[in-house]
Amino acid sequence: MNVKTLVQIFLLFSSLSILSIGGGNTVLPEMHRKAVGGYHWLTDKQFADVFAISQAAPGPSILIVTMIGYKAAGIPGAILATVAMMIPAGVLVYLVSRVWEHAKNSPARKAVEKGFAPLTVGLILASAWIMSKAADHDWRAYLLTGVCTLIFSTTKINPLIIVAGAGLIGWLGWV
Amino acid sequence: MSEKPTLPDLALTFNHIALASFGGGLSAWSREVLVVEKKWMEDEEFLSAVTMCRILPGANQVNLAVFVGVKFRGIPGALAAVFGLTLVPVLIVLVMAYFYFQFHQVPAVAGILKGAAAAAVALTLSMVFKTGRKCLVGVIPVLLFLAIFLMNGIIRWPLLACLSLLAPLAVGWAWPREKKP
Repeated sequence: MNVKTLVQIFLLFSSLSILSIGGGNTVLPEMHRKAVGGYHWLTDKQFADVFAISQAAPGPSILIVTMIGYKAAGIPGAILATVAMMIPAGVLVYLVSRVWEHAKNSPARKAVEKGFAPLTVGLILASAWIMSKAADHDWRAYLLTGVCTLIFSTTKINPLIIVAGAGLIGWLGWV
Repeated sequence: MSEKPTLPDLALTFNHIALASFGGGLSAWSREVLVVEKKWMEDEEFLSAVTMCRILPGANQVNLAVFVGVKFRGIPGALAAVFGLTLVPVLIVLVMAYFYFQFHQVPAVAGILKGAAAAAVALTLSMVFKTGRKCLVGVIPVLLFLAIFLMNGIIRWPLLACLSLLAPLAVGWAWPREKKP
């Protein structure tokens, strides 16, 4: 096993973790620059492909690092890259959430919770918009989205059934 | 909420969230499970946590798992929640990585994902309606909502730029005022 590569993996992804303000995808350009151009762990095309695969897989989108770590140094590389990408940011969230819990009844926390609610709903609408654009949807996909939205908003059917049904419709090639 | 979730509760719940979101829409699934199904937190606390997790560095959903885990069970809770969120997805990604680098093709799931992604957008939209009904009351909240959607979604300004402009306005508007006697 190549220890030098493992050290490089650890240093690269733990520093990207701390830099990824606004979500994991914000450091993709830097990740590309280092993993493709700097260390030659994978090619340009492979980077684009593993990005697409990581977006399609369930769970947090940051699992692209698992695949890059795997290509660079096998299973140990995959695990190390994943852990390195989560720990520094996780420690920061831990510290902030401790402060947050202490401030339970303070006016500042009340104001942030009330004031951030409309902003968060706006950001979530923005992410729905961006998801839909990124998936390159045509009118049939928009129709499917519309029907599903109606079902989610007006019924109590388990959303998983609807998502699976939509997946089936996609598999049949209707969208 | 009657009692604190245990460590296995946290791990299994976040595993459920991760697997349900195979077409995307992790935020919407988090709300569906944490707020609606499990009733572990109220909408207001959940929404502010979501934005806090976006501002801080790191993957938003991993951050949310840390936040919720710490809230109930401290550091072991955070580890259980993150473990639950990532274990099965990491295994799936590893299998996909193996196939990709071995056979140079992505397993043929594109069609399924396209359909599931359309439903994931729908789940996210319905989350906007459900949470918006409660917090978008009055002119100022609606303006804040529209402004950040335009800036971040349409013009595609970075999150921090949008928030450094709008967050002070939002918090100033929401600051609790002493009622005059």
